[in-house]
Amino acid sequence: MPVTLSHYLLLAGILFAISILGIFLNRKNIILILMAIELMLLAVNINFIAFSYYLGDLAGQIFVFFILTVAAAESAIGLAIIILIFRNYKSINVADLNRLKQ
Amino acid sequence: MMQFSDYIFYFFSSILILASLKVITANNPVYSALSLVLAFFSAAGIWLLLHAEFLAIALVLVYVGAVMVLFLFVVMMLDINLESLKKGFWSYFPFAILIAGVFIVEIYLVVSDKFFLESQIESFGTSKSNTHSIGNILYTDYLLPFQIAAVILLVAIISAIALTMFGHKSHKAIDPKDQIKVKRNDRIRIVKMKSEKR
Repeated sequence: MPVTLSHYLLLAGILFAISILGIFLNRKNIILILMAIELMLLAVNINFIAFSYYLGDLAGQIFVFFILTVAAAESAIGLAIIILIFRNYKSINVADLNRLKQ
Repeated sequence: MMQFSDYIFYFFSSILILASLKVITANNPVYSALSLVLAFFSAAGIWLLLHAEFLAIALVLVYVGAVMVLFLFVVMMLDINLESLKKGFWSYFPFAILIAGVFIVEIYLVVSDKFFLESQIESFGTSKSNTHSIGNILYTDYLLPFQIAAVILLVAIISAIALTMFGHKSHKAIDPKDQIKVKRNDRIRIVKMKSEKR
């Protein structure tokens, strides 16, 4: 079957669904949740680049450029927060982060 | 009629999906991080098929080279209790697979329609390279967003350092403020006791 725009969009959709599944399954592990968010951003970026190619408009690629920038900043701050959580709680289990509840 | 690039697309996308499934089901977070590296590589291959050469190389350099190394650092540095994190892993699986399945079916129903265009409507213009044309509009039309992105990166650097630097002592130096306030009684204690006999 020749590849069209729909194939790229379906691939991005499958990737996004896999990351949703990953957040459900690994709901106790903060690092895995962060990785699933990275996968979601990758799926969105595939959408942008596919549309950019099929519409012949470079604005989509510029948008992906900015998404990559923000995602890099987000993962750097997220990992710093994970290190702080581990330093204070000696665990990265989401179920242990209930200090506000007590 | 399938072209050679179509086979490449199916090859890369199957690797991408398998690697992302491995990311979410691996027992050890290190394997997850390494599978995520493989997923990023395959996505870069797909972006090359879509003539986004600059972004494909940027994805490999920035993500595989910097972000994933950071992930691996953190995963290997933290002493993680894997058993407690894996407990109840499959308990929400039926609900989660239901949501993911419904999501994929919905996406398929939308994008498989003829509403979406069948082929490329116009090309980027082949006279200039992808990097050249991105640079042309990035430094003219998108100059302000570009500078804001630079500020975002600066803020990220400062906040990541500030988060991890303050709040814990890694050195044994004494704070001068506390040193000045020291009274005599803080340092010596006079104990009255009988002298012992020889």
